[in-house]
Amino acid sequence: MGVDIQVEHLNAWFGKTRAVQDITLKMSANHATAIIGPSGCGKSTFVRCINRMHETVPEARVSGQIRIGDLNVYNGTSATQVRRRIGMVFQKPNPFPTMSIYDNVAAGLKLNGFRDRRQLDEIVERSLTMAALWHEVKDALRKQSGASLSGGQQQRLCIARALAVEPQVLLMDEPCSALDPISTSKIEELIFQLKQRYTIVIVTHNMQQASRVAEYTGFFLLGNLIEFDKTEKIFTNPSDKRTEDYITGRFG
Amino acid sequence: MANRAVGAHPLTSPELAVGPALAAQPPAKPEFLIKDSTSQWADRTFQFAMLACGLTVLLLVYLIIYELTTKGTLARHAFGWRFFFQSDWDPVNDRYGALSFVYGTIVSSLLALLIAVPLAIGVAVFITEMSPRWLRTPLAFTTELLAAIPSVIYGLWAIFVLVPLLRQSVQPWLARYLGWTGLVEGPPYGIGMLAAGVILAIMIVPIISSIAREVMTAVPQQQREAVLALGATRWEMIRMGVLGNARAGIWGGIILGLGRALGETMAVTMVIGNRPEIAKSLFAPGYTMASVIANEFSEASGELYLSSLVEVGLALFLVTIVVNVLAQLLVWSVTRGTPARSHV
Ligand SMILES: Nc1ncnc2c1ncn2[C@@H]1O[C@H](COP(=O)(O)OP(=O)(O)OP(=O)(O)O)[C@@H](O)[C@H]1O
Ligand SMILES: [Mg+2]
Repeated sequence: MGVDIQVEHLNAWFGKTRAVQDITLKMSANHATAIIGPSGCGKSTFVRCINRMHETVPEARVSGQIRIGDLNVYNGTSATQVRRRIGMVFQKPNPFPTMSIYDNVAAGLKLNGFRDRRQLDEIVERSLTMAALWHEVKDALRKQSGASLSGGQQQRLCIARALAVEPQVLLMDEPCSALDPISTSKIEELIFQLKQRYTIVIVTHNMQQASRVAEYTGFFLLGNLIEFDKTEKIFTNPSDKRTEDYITGRFG
Repeated sequence: MANRAVGAHPLTSPELAVGPALAAQPPAKPEFLIKDSTSQWADRTFQFAMLACGLTVLLLVYLIIYELTTKGTLARHAFGWRFFFQSDWDPVNDRYGALSFVYGTIVSSLLALLIAVPLAIGVAVFITEMSPRWLRTPLAFTTELLAAIPSVIYGLWAIFVLVPLLRQSVQPWLARYLGWTGLVEGPPYGIGMLAAGVILAIMIVPIISSIAREVMTAVPQQQREAVLALGATRWEMIRMGVLGNARAGIWGGIILGLGRALGETMAVTMVIGNRPEIAKSLFAPGYTMASVIANEFSEASGELYLSSLVEVGLALFLVTIVVNVLAQLLVWSVTRGTPARSHV
């Protein structure tokens, strides 16, 4: 089941530059929240703060609070604990090229010391089915490497890999930007279904996509959260002039 | 190849001479830019010279093989394949068998790998994944520097430092605790197979670790992030994301190290004891293929004696070639076609 994500006064730095500035918002359980905004406005940095990936960059720093359900991300827990509850899908598909499709999906479980063969088989099938990839790869699970798939298939494999560990939250940073329209619509459909079980945060440059998949949308500009509201509201009747400029394409 | 070289020298290239700026006002084209015939001639000469350089290398390899094969004919006719499977090396009675050298080469090299591989991978992991950034370059530089030390210096160091150390502390300790295996027993001379293995290990650590470092650096950051995002610890990330992806290249480095160990002559000759014997204990002296050639070539009087030494050389040459080719292929498979710098 998904859980709420509560962000309070979040700041993130790269060395001396502040990429994310004082952000407070709440993303609700079992909904998808879209993050939009021009390139370089801190969208990726923001989502990478949620699962503490930001701190893996040298000289990076974070202040503020994030709560995922009852877990306080930056206080009293470890980064590995946080990341086990949060699945992440990156902009560029990054399956493990030296592993088979099966091992790609099972990777997270094996990290957690999961060894039961029969259950592994089950979870791999379930995750691939959820990621709408099962029928395309079921005959080559152990024969083909994760890198031998097409870009769209690889991205769905990465989604399956993230789902296999049963996270509560799924972060997706421009998951479709490297994909063709057909793969994109498959993944959008998938997001729609995954909402039943997860809290989804999706970064996207594609406003139609945001309006298709997300109930809530946040607009970022230069590291600030300018507006956060119901998606229809943002796209039909934004309250901030800068949001309006951006979504109508008048933005530089 | 030829095209690139010409491109780098604009004045001899016709297309570049008529660049956009000049094309705008064709009549003003300076005279010296249109010497087509000269440039073509230079191009041909250059191409030919480079071709000759390339062919020279092939020719050299061919000549070496030819020489070794013809000079070894006598031994081949006298002993056939048995040459490599019998161990009596008896110049007085003109009977030669290379088994003890083959054994010595293999055992000393494997012993070296056993010691060097964990150490080298550890060094590479530390440098690429764990060391603070300011320490990274000095460390990498120093490991590379170790590879540049002449092997006779390693040999001297081994005689003055390593051998006494082995004799006085390491060997007695090993004999006490592991003597029951039979692999480390007998009088602790210091000099012997163990010393050869250890000095070889020290010599190949820089080779293996610098290749390992190179292929580990070539692993994309996204792979590391993918593993971390699954909730991996630092060590799990290194194991799965870095070592997993660099595996083939690391194997390449290991095999390259093996190639170096197989052929290494000077340092080994100085510490291995040079006795053509096959002993189970690593404390015992031994002999390697490379050492026997170095030691006995100048005093080999009989024709069959000389021919036998050449035959040993041929075998060593072929084995090291195969090993090195295999290693390069593996390293290339990871760094994707950008040839790895040779560290040998
Ligand atoms: N590794 C880094 N080191 C230093 N600065 C960085 C780094 N990554 C990002 N930045 C800076 O942080 C700011 C926010 O970057 P971020 O990647 O979050 O933008 P984004 O909104 O995701 O952009 P895009 O839509 O292009 O992906 C940018 O100004 C960028 O220059
Ligand atoms: Mg981004």
